Amino acid sequence: MRNKWISGPYLVWMALFIIIPLFLTGYYAFTDTDGAFTMAGFSRAFEPMYLSVLLNSIRIAAISTAICLLLGYPVAYILSRPEFAGKSTLFFLFAVPMWMNYLLRTYSWMSILETNGILNSLLAFLRLPKIDILYTDSAVILGMVYNFLPFMILPIHTALAKIDYSLVESAQDLGANPVTVFKRVVLPLSVPGVVSGITMVFMPAVTTFIIPSLLGGGQYMLIGNLIENQFLTAYDWNFGAALSLILMAVIILSMMIVLRVDKDNEGGTLI
Amino acid sequence: MKKIFFVLLCVFVAITSSFLSACGKNKEELIFYNWQDYIDPDVVDMFTEETGISVIIEPFDTNESMYIKVKNTGGYDVILPSDYMVQRMVNDGLLEKLDMSKIPNYSHIDDNFKNLYFDPANEYFVPYMWGTVGILYDSTRVYEPIDSWEALWDERYEGEIFMYNSVRDAMTAPLKMLGYSVNTLDAGELDEAAALLIEQKPLVKAYLGEPVKDKMIGGEGIMAVMYSGDAQFCQFENENLVYTIPKEGSNIFVDGLVIPKTAPNKENAMKFIDFLCRPEIAALNSEYLGYSTANRSALELIDPELMENPIFWATDEEIARCEFFEDLGDFRDDFDRVWSEVLIGN
Repeated sequence: MRNKWISGPYLVWMALFIIIPLFLTGYYAFTDTDGAFTMAGFSRAFEPMYLSVLLNSIRIAAISTAICLLLGYPVAYILSRPEFAGKSTLFFLFAVPMWMNYLLRTYSWMSILETNGILNSLLAFLRLPKIDILYTDSAVILGMVYNFLPFMILPIHTALAKIDYSLVESAQDLGANPVTVFKRVVLPLSVPGVVSGITMVFMPAVTTFIIPSLLGGGQYMLIGNLIENQFLTAYDWNFGAALSLILMAVIILSMMIVLRVDKDNEGGTLI
Repeated sequence: MKKIFFVLLCVFVAITSSFLSACGKNKEELIFYNWQDYIDPDVVDMFTEETGISVIIEPFDTNESMYIKVKNTGGYDVILPSDYMVQRMVNDGLLEKLDMSKIPNYSHIDDNFKNLYFDPANEYFVPYMWGTVGILYDSTRVYEPIDSWEALWDERYEGEIFMYNSVRDAMTAPLKMLGYSVNTLDAGELDEAAALLIEQKPLVKAYLGEPVKDKMIGGEGIMAVMYSGDAQFCQFENENLVYTIPKEGSNIFVDGLVIPKTAPNKENAMKFIDFLCRPEIAALNSEYLGYSTANRSALELIDPELMENPIFWATDEEIARCEFFEDLGDFRDDFDRVWSEVLIGN
């Protein structure tokens, strides 16, 4: 009770930068340019053209999240093994790129993937065929996986590191082979980490607009680009705000599904 | 009700911006809202040295995004929009009338760029650079020299074409190819043009803004829709690149200096504009940028070799087939809508 004032600065912060902006988004989403109430933005968002943008964004974000999970889980698993010696080096290597601005890192991918870029020069030197993936889906997914992979590894690693190793040992003592130990003990106990990993990758992946605009070359729009466009060039803040609210709803909905799956596995009780 | 939200918005903006502007008071300064790379940095340094006014440049990448920023947040002293956007800004009452007695060097401006349709009495706008929109192509990789917008629909160049990612510039090619005005107010004509862009999409490598210059210099594509001055800049770096104003006609534009009503340092702004109108300064700028200057007296100071370059100085015949953009009024929304359809379509 006595310490309540400590949270004061944060409450002010939250009011200024979360509550008020959220209110403004809601206000614009449900009004037209004259300030009258309307749902036009929402019905427009569900026209086939705009709906396809939303679905495509969810698809690309889901693929990126799945790849991050496939790549990230084994790494997190190795990192959490007590006998693994190179732990601090590996952690360091994960952290170093994150010290650099992610815009800059995405730009670098552009020069790597260009037709006459670094990758193709290397391939040409090795007399291998060129690959031309800049400005395609693949480049966008690559950019997302590259940028968001640490957000998958770290929570999974935290969950795995928390597992009491004696549980693994008892399973082994009781005759479980390594596959069974992993399937019956380690994997279920790591589900909370996997859930927060998925959340932390899917959320930025479905909303990003920089990665698709740099690596996708404006070829196709994801929902983030569509919203950016409404605010920056088309000057239709009402529609942009409606799209933003829909995107928020999509994120909340997908989080609920993921948490639901988590509960069914009874992993949630460990948090 | 709406008022309350605006008050909230203002409070929000005021608080965030006071964080930003807390530093650097008591110093003579000027905030210049300019296109990316659209002034010689040496010129800016010379101005600061002479007047003690430090110039802060903030970049924008399309007229449209600039307009929204200026309309919703103040703080800029000098802005450099294009013709049709000046028209919109004047109509919306965003611009300050200039005090021409403080800009004596205005007398050096070419008469061709005075009394233009969007500023008939020369009250708001001081011309800076002009140019055209055309196709820049790699002469070593095309099957024949290009002189028509149709080259952008040529299937032999699949995956080697860059389009410009701003709505008016992108719509210029199909509208002109169909023989329509770039300022069409006819929904049917607009839809036809948009259909052409959608048909073209599989051939396009990317829709880019500023970065297209680097791509063309680096040989990442065979052709790109580009502004003449940028094309000149690319040719300085890669001499295989050739610029053409397609025979069907195109857009001619003039960019110039304006002062918004919200400018905090209007006096400094006038000084800066006058400085940029000095012939020797305009010449320096023009040579650096590769854009043609609107300053008549500066032409005598520019390297004669550059003056003979057809990119730098379009012929009368070429200019005759180009038209200025005009503000489209409410029809803007229709342009935005079809342009979104083009970008979203698969």
